[in-house]
Amino acid sequence: MKVELKTETAEPEGPPRALGIVETKEFSFAGPLTLESGETLGPVTLAYETYGTLNDEKSNAILVLHALSGDAHAAGFHEGEKDPGWWDAMIGPGKPFDTDRYFVICSNVVGGCKGSTGPSSMNPKTGKPYGTDFPFITIGDMVQAQRHMIDFLEIERLLCVAGGSMGGMQALQWVASYPERVRSAIPIASALKHSPQQIAFNEVIRQSIMADPAWRGGDYYGTGQPEKGLSVARMIGHITFMSEQSMEEKFSRRLKNDRLGFDFGADFEVEGYLRYRGANFVKRFDANSYLYITKAMDYFDLSGGRLIAGTGADTRFLVLSFQSDWLYPSHQSQEIVRLLKRKQVNATYCELKSTWGHDAFLVELEGQTTLIRHFLERTYLGKENGNGNHR
Amino acid sequence: MGTIVDDIRPDHRVIFDWVEPGARVLDLGCGDGNLIDLLSREKDARVQGIEFDEKAICECVKKGLSVCQGDIETGLAEYPDHCFDYVILNQSLQEIRKAAFLLREVLRVGNRVIVGFPNFAHIGARVSLFFGGRAPITPSLPHRWYDTPNVRFLSIGDFRKFCMEMGFAVEKAAFLNGRKTVTFWPNLRALSAIFLLSLPADRGTRR
Repeated sequence: MKVELKTETAEPEGPPRALGIVETKEFSFAGPLTLESGETLGPVTLAYETYGTLNDEKSNAILVLHALSGDAHAAGFHEGEKDPGWWDAMIGPGKPFDTDRYFVICSNVVGGCKGSTGPSSMNPKTGKPYGTDFPFITIGDMVQAQRHMIDFLEIERLLCVAGGSMGGMQALQWVASYPERVRSAIPIASALKHSPQQIAFNEVIRQSIMADPAWRGGDYYGTGQPEKGLSVARMIGHITFMSEQSMEEKFSRRLKNDRLGFDFGADFEVEGYLRYRGANFVKRFDANSYLYITKAMDYFDLSGGRLIAGTGADTRFLVLSFQSDWLYPSHQSQEIVRLLKRKQVNATYCELKSTWGHDAFLVELEGQTTLIRHFLERTYLGKENGNGNHR
Repeated sequence: MGTIVDDIRPDHRVIFDWVEPGARVLDLGCGDGNLIDLLSREKDARVQGIEFDEKAICECVKKGLSVCQGDIETGLAEYPDHCFDYVILNQSLQEIRKAAFLLREVLRVGNRVIVGFPNFAHIGARVSLFFGGRAPITPSLPHRWYDTPNVRFLSIGDFRKFCMEMGFAVEKAAFLNGRKTVTFWPNLRALSAIFLLSLPADRGTRR
């Protein structure tokens, strides 16, 4: 007779505690990385943060991956800052990515501007920032760089790779590139490949940056960012992150000053919001990085046999999507699931109810929290069920 | 078998007994996953479920099961032929509009299908309709006409005729009345039925 499974409970004891002050670390290696384009990149630096403790067997490491404009600061607080990391709702003691149990790593990406090597980094050949001399990178290149970091941390097999949006693409790419090093994957609000609509939005975003004379063909590091172009680019992005319903709830047709201005100022709250978001973004993100990373997302395509090469893959999947997300709609997640079923890979899929649009994965959602918590726990304890593995 | 299988639902008990150890099983409309959890743990079956309800999916994930959200009326196209030994369609056939299409699909992806449904010709239902002049409510048909999820109302006799017309071979059948098994006059006396079907032409090609 087999052992009853119902004894462990996954519920946290008491209210979740805080992670406290955390720091971003840097991992550098000489490389050079051979990129998918055929070019090389080196030396390479990746920014990353870790939370929790790696166990002696090194079996509790989870790699969390961020979206387009994210960074390595996923949880906890940086010294002197009042806002926590971008996924603080999900990572910490007693939270789904439970740092009492797991060692959580969040890695930045090559091509970025948040402490990792990207177009704003110094080109060792010229002693000046790369600008558009930076080689074109892909999601596969980002993951290859992260693998060097995971090697450096001496982790043979990750318990899980997880992320939303572009973070989900990286999670899928991890399975495609290094299947034997990933026990489970959680792609959220993501896709197997960018659709023409997604490429189209990214193209408009890039054109708005490059149309700004201040962009200067990418060589603006001595003269200042193409602020107008980058801020319009980000405004486009923010429209796509929200749903019609969440915009209605957040802004409706409310006016900023109780009356129409009859000029081209920001009459409506929604205009003010987009302008504010755009203006804020230029202070924290490099325009060239935005160009390079959106291109990497557009090149992403793991359809056909590229995600799972053969059969018998033993990575478990939890695929999640959100009802009101029209930028990465549920049918794209369902495409991932259909492919996994064809390859007879263990997959759980759920479309979660939400009105938040694409932003939903960043919001604390009960369904997302519960599913991730239990999926991770079962994977960690080796109590995944239904594989005929009780023999 | 011991304590775990003693207190299970009678229909689950029948299905549990029919499935061989190590079988590949897909449960359409698996609910909280109790049946496939049992098959996995006690019969080492390789199990998967399809379920529509988010809360039920959470319950399955808590059990460590792999379950995909989907509408079973449209959800089988991605499965290759004969990738399961058994497909279970328990207590959901009567909720499906394209029943004939689904059963053909199910017998494409599975070597055998286990179908369980409530019997609309149970004596209680007949009495209620004949003497009461009211749409029947029985232990296996508990809903009122305006809140029932059922869209197909079939009897055991109807299903046997249907299988003959469709060319499905009935390998086994069990008829239940609560915890008791019904042998005589099942179409009159059984509240629900469970059939094990296959396609006769498939027998040679089974893996």
